[in-house]
Amino acid sequence: MDGDICATDTATTPPDSDPARKRRVHGMLKLYYGLNEEGKTVDQAESMNPCDINGTHFDPEVYLNKLRRECSLGELMDQESCMVKQIRSLDSDMQTLVYENYNKFISATDTIRKMKNDFKKMEDEMDCLSTNMAAITEFSAHISGTLQDQHAQITKLSGVHTLLRKLQFLFELPARLNKCLELQAYSQAVSSHRRARCVLQQYSHMPSFRGIQDDCHAIMDKLAQELRQKFRDGGSSAEDLSECVELLLQLDEPAEELCDKFLSHAQSRLEANLRGLEAELRPPLSSGPTSVIDPSIGPARRLSAAPTAGSPADPTSPGNPFLSSSSRTDILEFIDRGCNEFVSSLCLVIASYQELFVNRPQEGNLASKDIPHMAIGKLHAFVDALATCYFSLVERRIQEEKSVGDNSLLVRALDRFHRRLQAVAKLLPGSAVPSQGTEIVVRAARERIKQYLAALQSFYLDSLRDVRQALAAPRLGGSSAGGGSHLAGPATGKDAPASLPELLSSLSASILNQIKSVLASVHLFTAKDITFSNKPYFKGEFCSQGVRESLVVNFIKFVCQSSRQFCESAGDRGGSTPPALLLLLSRLCLDYETSTITYILTLTDEQFLVQHHSPVTAVAALCGEARGAAQKLLNHYVKVQGLIISQMLRKSVETRDWVNTIEPRNVRAVMKRVVEDTTSIDVQVGLLYEEGVRKAHSSDSSKRTFSVYSGSRQQTRYAPSYAPSAPMDTNLLSNIHKLFSERIDIFSPVEFNKVSVLTGIIKISLKTFLECVRLRTFGRYGLQQIQVDCNYLQMYLWRFVSDENLVHFLLDEIVGSTAHRCLDPAPMEQSVIEVICERG
Amino acid sequence: MEDDAPVIYGLEFQARALTSQTAESDAIRFLVGTQSLKFDNQIHIIDFDDENNIISKSVLQHQAGEIWHISASPADKAVLTTCYNKTSESRVVTCGAVWRMPPEWESGSHESPDDPHNSHNPQNLELLCHLDNSSHGNASCVLWEPMGDGKCVISLADNHALLWDLTESSTQATISSSATLEGKGQLKFTAGKWSPHHNCTQLATANDTAIRGWDLRTMSQIYCIENAHGQLVRDLDFNPNKQYYLASCGDDCKVKFWDVRNINEPVKNLEEHSHWVWSVRYNHSHDQLVLTGSSDSRVILSNMVSISSEPFGHLVDDDDLSDAEDNHQDEKTKEPLQDSIISTYEEHEDSVYAVEWSSADPWLFASLSYDGRLVINRVPRALKYHILL
Repeated sequence: MDGDICATDTATTPPDSDPARKRRVHGMLKLYYGLNEEGKTVDQAESMNPCDINGTHFDPEVYLNKLRRECSLGELMDQESCMVKQIRSLDSDMQTLVYENYNKFISATDTIRKMKNDFKKMEDEMDCLSTNMAAITEFSAHISGTLQDQHAQITKLSGVHTLLRKLQFLFELPARLNKCLELQAYSQAVSSHRRARCVLQQYSHMPSFRGIQDDCHAIMDKLAQELRQKFRDGGSSAEDLSECVELLLQLDEPAEELCDKFLSHAQSRLEANLRGLEAELRPPLSSGPTSVIDPSIGPARRLSAAPTAGSPADPTSPGNPFLSSSSRTDILEFIDRGCNEFVSSLCLVIASYQELFVNRPQEGNLASKDIPHMAIGKLHAFVDALATCYFSLVERRIQEEKSVGDNSLLVRALDRFHRRLQAVAKLLPGSAVPSQGTEIVVRAARERIKQYLAALQSFYLDSLRDVRQALAAPRLGGSSAGGGSHLAGPATGKDAPASLPELLSSLSASILNQIKSVLASVHLFTAKDITFSNKPYFKGEFCSQGVRESLVVNFIKFVCQSSRQFCESAGDRGGSTPPALLLLLSRLCLDYETSTITYILTLTDEQFLVQHHSPVTAVAALCGEARGAAQKLLNHYVKVQGLIISQMLRKSVETRDWVNTIEPRNVRAVMKRVVEDTTSIDVQVGLLYEEGVRKAHSSDSSKRTFSVYSGSRQQTRYAPSYAPSAPMDTNLLSNIHKLFSERIDIFSPVEFNKVSVLTGIIKISLKTFLECVRLRTFGRYGLQQIQVDCNYLQMYLWRFVSDENLVHFLLDEIVGSTAHRCLDPAPMEQSVIEVICERG
Repeated sequence: MEDDAPVIYGLEFQARALTSQTAESDAIRFLVGTQSLKFDNQIHIIDFDDENNIISKSVLQHQAGEIWHISASPADKAVLTTCYNKTSESRVVTCGAVWRMPPEWESGSHESPDDPHNSHNPQNLELLCHLDNSSHGNASCVLWEPMGDGKCVISLADNHALLWDLTESSTQATISSSATLEGKGQLKFTAGKWSPHHNCTQLATANDTAIRGWDLRTMSQIYCIENAHGQLVRDLDFNPNKQYYLASCGDDCKVKFWDVRNINEPVKNLEEHSHWVWSVRYNHSHDQLVLTGSSDSRVILSNMVSISSEPFGHLVDDDDLSDAEDNHQDEKTKEPLQDSIISTYEEHEDSVYAVEWSSADPWLFASLSYDGRLVINRVPRALKYHILL
């Protein structure tokens, strides 16, 4: 026990000083009894030391020896007193424990004693119970022994009763069936019959049962007949019909026939829907209205056709008011009606058909016949045939949709059409109907693009007609007012074509607007909320090939083409197309080339997010085309205007007797007219085209004299290189001039500016003048008149051209040629000429 | 294979009238009539020596007036007609006459052209007869019966077409029949051509923008191409090998080719010139070669193979050529040829009013510009051999 002293010694805590002490004591006890906190034996491998006072192998002898050997006396004394203190405290602890446990033991003993008393009472009661039970058992055995016989009898009787009831059911069956038939409770009748059928079949060798069976058969036949009749009659609803079909199936009717009948019945109703739709269409002129729903679909179709043919509601019978009064509904209504009537009934039919024939639980002998396979086949054929009719109706209706005003209606109608077909697709997977429907939508979209192109084209032509009228209207006023002085040319000329830039801008703006609105309309096809817009066609080909190529590019090409046609068809006389229109179109095409085409195409590409899978027309190519058209138009303009002036000059030269003319007093009126017209052309062109570059004028541009011709130009001779026979005195000056001046192309392409255009016109006019002069013979005054005229032209024309030397040269040629063709070449004095010209 | 340079000859006077000497099939010879109001007019007979590239000329006086049109008899080398202006009492009248060249001219023809003696003492033409047309107006041209015996001419005067019979060695001319163009306004024939087909019974004329065909047996109109050109029609020519084909040219700068059986549309259009086209001529033997002259001072030689009588090149069965057989294989594989412009000749400085193929050498042609320059050119050799082989 003194080993404890050593263990507590190291703790140096007085045993009573700490409230945790008690616990520690418990801990120690526990330790001693080899229990740790968890109550498990502690591993005591380390306490093999015999000196461990708490260890199990404690050897007091060894310990004492060790102490004695190692410690001093003082220490031993301390050890001893410490140990004594510990022993004492342990002692008191033990006493406490013993006392506590003793109390508990006392109370437990009391309880046990009380229990012993209670049990004794219970034992007595149990004994009593077991005797009572023995008595009951005895009684019971006695009763059952007495009731044995009666029980067997009752069981037998009850069996007989049941049998009798069954028999009664059988005997009453015909009557019951009859009654059901009367009440039209077909389903009850069928279920009753089904219950009885097996029994009757089994006992059919007995005459009485045979009778019942025959009766039942007769009745059921009648019932089946009636069901079929009902089935055939169109009046019943879809639910009724399905019930009928179910019953008939239970009556072992052949499923195939039922399918056919069901479908033919549905067909007659759907065809009625279709006829209703067709009645809304304009009746085609050539063929009868029944043409669409004509392809008869097997014998079933003919079966159903018989009862409907005579019915008064048959819209095919002649004199139907629906056909004659073409109550036109818009396409959305039409499609709506088609969807609500035809497509939804079709869906209903498909659903109920599938319910009846395809998704039936396979039971009994029906399973062997593979009904679903057959039924599905029939259904597909049926749906396809009807859908074809429906589609042809829809297509006819879409084709009637010619007006391009509101595209949204059509798009919405198509959307609805397409959306409703998705229902069919869900009901009947694998059917070709939805894809055909999509094709219709695609076709409609293509058609629509064509219509829009046509509409744009006609719009363009209409706008041109308007422009033409606008050009014609003020022109009349302008020319009558411009008859006055030629010097006021710019002012009077302004009146007529003043509106040219406005016309141009309004024309191009209205075309652009029209294109934009058409694009917006077409854009509806690709709107996000439209079901078919995510079809690959609408994502790709519609945008690039359809809208961009067929619509926009084709339209631009059309504009160029039709502009070119003005050059071709107007004839070379230039009579039909007003020159101003040519000019305006030329500018329009040029604008297209520089900006509009790029703009429109960029707009299209952005709006439609065109991804070009297939090659498309490049912007540059279109621009090139537009530029070509612009050039051609402008060339044609120059030609036409040049010809108008040429004609004047030519008539004036051809109709005059130049030999016998009088001395010139005035500039001829035609020359004033030429200058006047040139001025107004200048104004007109200036409204649309830039000035352009011209060579610097000499200071005396208008004052140049024709001194070259004065003094009779001798008939001189030109020196040929190979045949130098002729004397060397040809009209040398002129020829030397020609040698060094560039060859002049009269009808040559012009540049897109005013000066170039005017130069072209003047070139054509003056060259004509020259050629005409060469064909005539002149007298002295004829020559002088030409001198005066040329001087006058010189005064006014130089300012219009890019290179005034050109005018000089041509006028020189004219006067020179006239001198050659003159019988008496006596030129007029330059001063006189000038006086006459200034007098005007 | 270098082409020879063009040969240029200058006249002293301005000139519009040019013809080849139709009856001459050996020498390359052109006749040019001058236009001068002040001096005596001349007819220059231009001989071209193809071997030596040398021109020699003779000059005959044509004192009657300035020559607007000249035409050589197809039968008699020495006979020719002119249309000339006669000025009298300040009136200008255009007349037609038949002339005979003096027999001596040819003797001096080989003299050097710069022989002063020859050029200063020219001989006169001998007048055979006037195509007296005082009642019919101004003559614009005289046409010989193609390939005829030189007994028939047609003159076009204002709006009349007159068929003359020349008798007594062409010294007498009598009108055998005539046709008159009726219509509003002053109608005037500007050009005409006697068709070498249909036994020479057809004539084509041009007035203003229309081309008309006439049957000479009845002197009635057989077709009329209204608005054949946008403006005046200046000249016509018949395809020598295809009887219904006709070329026309005019002030709209175009040359058009017509099939007179279908007059609504021209078969082909050429628009190469930049001013009025005054003259168009089919080559006499190879009708794909078309020559045009214009007042833009250019002469253009076109190869109109697609509407020619040999659209696929020389045909196999044509073995006129000695070496044709060697090339049969090549020709069979030939593609239809493309129409093209062969060449543009820019030797002229002034308007070209007349072009003419030589009657002797099918590969040679002359063009005449107003300033009196006559240029003789050849078809490029490459093309010539291409056509021949």
